[in-house]
Amino acid sequence: MAGGKEIRTKIKSIQNTQKITKAMEMVAASKMRRAQERMHQARPYAQKIRNVIAHVSQANLEYKHSFTLERPAKRVGFIIVSSDRGLCGGLNINLFRDVVNALTEWQSQSAEIDVTTIGSKGFQFFNRVGANIVSEATRLGDTPHLDDLIGPVKVMLDAYTDNRIDRLYLVHNHFKSTMSQTPQLEQLLPIHAVEPDETLSHHWDYLYEPDAKDVVDGLMTRYIESLVYQGVVENIACEMAARMVAMKSASDNAGDLIDELQLVYNKARQASITQEISEIVGGAAAV
Amino acid sequence: MANTIRVDIVSAEQDVWSGEGTMVFAPAEMGEIGIAPQHAPLLTRLKPGEIRVQQESGEEQFFFISGGMLEVQGHVVTVLSDTALRADDLDEAAALEAQRRAEQALADRGGELELAKAKAELIQAAAQLRAIQKLRGRA
Repeated sequence: MAGGKEIRTKIKSIQNTQKITKAMEMVAASKMRRAQERMHQARPYAQKIRNVIAHVSQANLEYKHSFTLERPAKRVGFIIVSSDRGLCGGLNINLFRDVVNALTEWQSQSAEIDVTTIGSKGFQFFNRVGANIVSEATRLGDTPHLDDLIGPVKVMLDAYTDNRIDRLYLVHNHFKSTMSQTPQLEQLLPIHAVEPDETLSHHWDYLYEPDAKDVVDGLMTRYIESLVYQGVVENIACEMAARMVAMKSASDNAGDLIDELQLVYNKARQASITQEISEIVGGAAAV
Repeated sequence: MANTIRVDIVSAEQDVWSGEGTMVFAPAEMGEIGIAPQHAPLLTRLKPGEIRVQQESGEEQFFFISGGMLEVQGHVVTVLSDTALRADDLDEAAALEAQRRAEQALADRGGELELAKAKAELIQAAAQLRAIQKLRGRA
């Protein structure tokens, strides 16, 4: 019964792997639900701040913010949101492929590129391909906080204010459903005109405290930060969904392998029994 | 309807509270302001402190915020509350930190950054304390 023991140890080791992938699948499923909740909780803020910006853009503002001004693009900034950990299928790779396509397109228009990465996978990848990484944030964990994003985002916003970049894009995964996540590239700066609120047609302006510039500056910064935060939270929901699916298929594959090996093992066992019997019968006949 | 105003308090990470109030007090940067219904459109920054909403039933709601923005528009007061301590030099420090990490340089730049952080934390702690004392006083 030569292969018997070897096959048994192999089955054992695959069973252990299967236990791990099953556990990871369940962990990812519960984390995904929480990430989705956070995604929904972050929505009202972004919605409200968008309303306020729509109002501001309609007001007779004496001060035009640089974030709303369109400039020819000579240098482009990208904020790329990726996961910190792997084992989530093609999630990051699909995103990076889209980013690289966008980057080469900008390069063909002879625009230079600055990159901010959020998540260590993105940092590793764009570091390897030699992109100009100006800031990064990693190890945000499963519950990211806005505080962790203020720094990296400010680097880009400052660059925009100082005319060092002329466009700013955010790339993250969009959560369509548990089964489907798609990379999404959206323009953060200059801020696109927000659809006007029809109920406010007459001419008016806010009272500003302390003054319009400070208040609008703070508002714009918070708006961009909230968009990035939403991207990060959504990306985490995507990561968990992708990991859940990847781990489910890994568990299924392990099950198939075990079935096949079990069959091989049974055949080997049967063959050895048959051989032993025929040897005994042969021996008895000889006596 | 005419003598109440809708109040929405949101932060980037969650929805905090929304409801109707007869009067709203908020710690604006230039000093505390009170907002009654029919207030003119207003946009202001907020300091760390407490927001009080007086309701028609006579109840009063307290919220502690660590800064943010406040908008008054028609019959709606929107408070965009910060989840983090914000100060220009603190934001600057965070930006520097992010850059520094990106450059993988591990030089220690303590000094003034620590001071700014301590100062902002102190302001928040003091405001928190005031809010707690007030709540205790009522109980």
